[in-house]
Amino acid sequence: MTDIAIKVENISKKYQIGENKTYPTLRDKLMELPNRLFKGPKKTKEFWALKDVSFEVKKGEVVGIIGRNGAGKSTMLKILARITEPTSGKVTMYGRVASMLEVGTGFNPELTGRENIYLNGAIIGMTKREITQKFDEIVAFSGVEKFLDTPVKHYSSGMYVRLAFAVAAHLDADILLVDEVLAVGDAEFQKKCLGKMDDLAKSGRTVILVSHNIGSLKKICTKGIIFDQGVNISDLLEIKQAIQKYIKNGENIDGKLPKNITYNDEIIFDNFQLQGQNLIYRPSFTDLEKFEFSIRCRCLDETQNQDLVLSISIVNNVTGETVIYGHNHLYGVIMQTNKVGKISILFEGFQLQPGEYSVYLESWLDGQYVIQQTLFGIFLIKSSTIGSKSEVFNSFPSQLLMPMKWSYSK
Amino acid sequence: MSETVTIIKPSSKLQFLNLKELWNYRELIASFVKRDIQVRYRQTIIGGLWAIIQPFSTMVIFSFFFGHLAQISGGGVPYPIFSYAGLLLWTYFTGAITASSGSMVASAGLITKVYFPRIIIPISATITGLLDYLVASIVLIGLMLYYSIVPTSLIFLVPVTLILTWMLAMGIGFWLSAINVKYRDVGYVLPFFIQLMLFVTPVIYPSSIAPNFKFLLALNPMTGIIDAHRAMILGGLPVNWGTLGLSAVMVLIILLTGSAYFKSVEKHFADII
Repeated sequence: MTDIAIKVENISKKYQIGENKTYPTLRDKLMELPNRLFKGPKKTKEFWALKDVSFEVKKGEVVGIIGRNGAGKSTMLKILARITEPTSGKVTMYGRVASMLEVGTGFNPELTGRENIYLNGAIIGMTKREITQKFDEIVAFSGVEKFLDTPVKHYSSGMYVRLAFAVAAHLDADILLVDEVLAVGDAEFQKKCLGKMDDLAKSGRTVILVSHNIGSLKKICTKGIIFDQGVNISDLLEIKQAIQKYIKNGENIDGKLPKNITYNDEIIFDNFQLQGQNLIYRPSFTDLEKFEFSIRCRCLDETQNQDLVLSISIVNNVTGETVIYGHNHLYGVIMQTNKVGKISILFEGFQLQPGEYSVYLESWLDGQYVIQQTLFGIFLIKSSTIGSKSEVFNSFPSQLLMPMKWSYSK
Repeated sequence: MSETVTIIKPSSKLQFLNLKELWNYRELIASFVKRDIQVRYRQTIIGGLWAIIQPFSTMVIFSFFFGHLAQISGGGVPYPIFSYAGLLLWTYFTGAITASSGSMVASAGLITKVYFPRIIIPISATITGLLDYLVASIVLIGLMLYYSIVPTSLIFLVPVTLILTWMLAMGIGFWLSAINVKYRDVGYVLPFFIQLMLFVTPVIYPSSIAPNFKFLLALNPMTGIIDAHRAMILGGLPVNWGTLGLSAVMVLIILLTGSAYFKSVEKHFADII
């Protein structure tokens, strides 16, 4: 017996990105044939979700995979969980492997809680005997005893995830692969889940955890590994070191950001600018109170007068949550395509939690989705203060601090 | 204690059905079958009766048009029982290939979230219908009593034809469910294809009706199976062992190529579904 639990050697994963995302039909394939004969194979874009990833996890280590959206964390987990096959490389795992990529996989709304425990248990890899043995424990943990013989379609969403998590949490395995299942249910149950995760982690199991929540990673994991653009840019580090390195690394990425975004040569969005008080657009800025995006919009076919909609989303790169979203219609602005226009979006009077944020644009023409979510900026907020008091925003429960007028009278 | 070692790497070699792996996952297959049956019986008012109504009403209508008006012979047995003995197996067969060909797409949520041999999904989908077959065969027993048909000892061989049909449904299910993941056209083509197949399979007419096309008909693997199934149940008809053997060979070919095709494309399922 070795003391190694997981050995990952030179794992790469390639995805083909087609021209369009819709399902190809046989007709499309047949129509493609003459083109293929005369023009050679259709060029599909290749995208390496993972490139040459190697690392080793020892038994009993609880490893958090850290990285921003699209860094390859989830792909790595899917390969370990055998959901998708690597393009090259090899993984060897010693011990019984179980994955929790989602709670309640395969739950059927028509079946009762009891039936779903058996079904879900079988799907995630428990034997019937194991489920029967642990049945009472699972039910007690979920707290849905009274509704065991009710179809789960009548459950509240809270009851549903509690039951689902309960089944998954009682899966006995040497290696556990966990993805973002922590954030389920109400606050109380989340605490219970975290506790259970912690128990599992401390019981000597090897755990690989992918979570957007740096806080829970810090709490549960002993080790961390950082992924960036499909490569693990570090070996296994102590978790605190890993998080530090991740945040530091975030500061010196040269934004490989588009200079312009176009659709079919009909519309060009360019001249992106982000301005604000004390604001440096990449690498970082502090004390944000007001900032403004400006975008030039040029439409090359000026004879067509189409309704243009542009949306902007600001996404927290650590949590993956969209913090701010809006589009021009929402604010009563109509934009038309027969002229060159300057769009400006002003945000004012709020603060964001320290962290890294991405700005995405999307666009519609006459209601048709023409520009898919495109990253156009990354910015970093180093530290914020709340109000006049210089309390650090770090442990603030919300990501956004909005201006509020409070008053107090006796 | 020996430790389980899992090795993950790109698969390349040709694979067929891995019976050992299927055996290890037998409980999961049973769970899927149980789920499908439970869900269906819970969502319908008359549940199991549907298993009878479908072949029975088809038999009644066919008996009127083909047996009574068009005077198609039942090859020596009354037309209603002749057609019902065929429809019983035909209903199972078409139900099983329809269910299995759509099964992968219907299980997208599972495929992208948890590992188990994917081939379990179309396999389970072909098993569920066996219950309907059993339920619907009660009517067959009723008809046999009504027409006072005494079966011979050949009736004990009926499971052979049922197993062949099951294997054929799995083979076709492997092909279609895998293709369906990539090309959803399958869902549109299949009902039409099944409708056509009814006319080139001796379900509602005896194969003796078209002596000149016997060879062509025998190329359809269901021909030999349906004929044999009926002959074994009703006793009075001769079993054509040659055609049945030919069917069995074709069933094996379809099953093996189907599983090999399924295995060769299954690694991409989670990426494209």
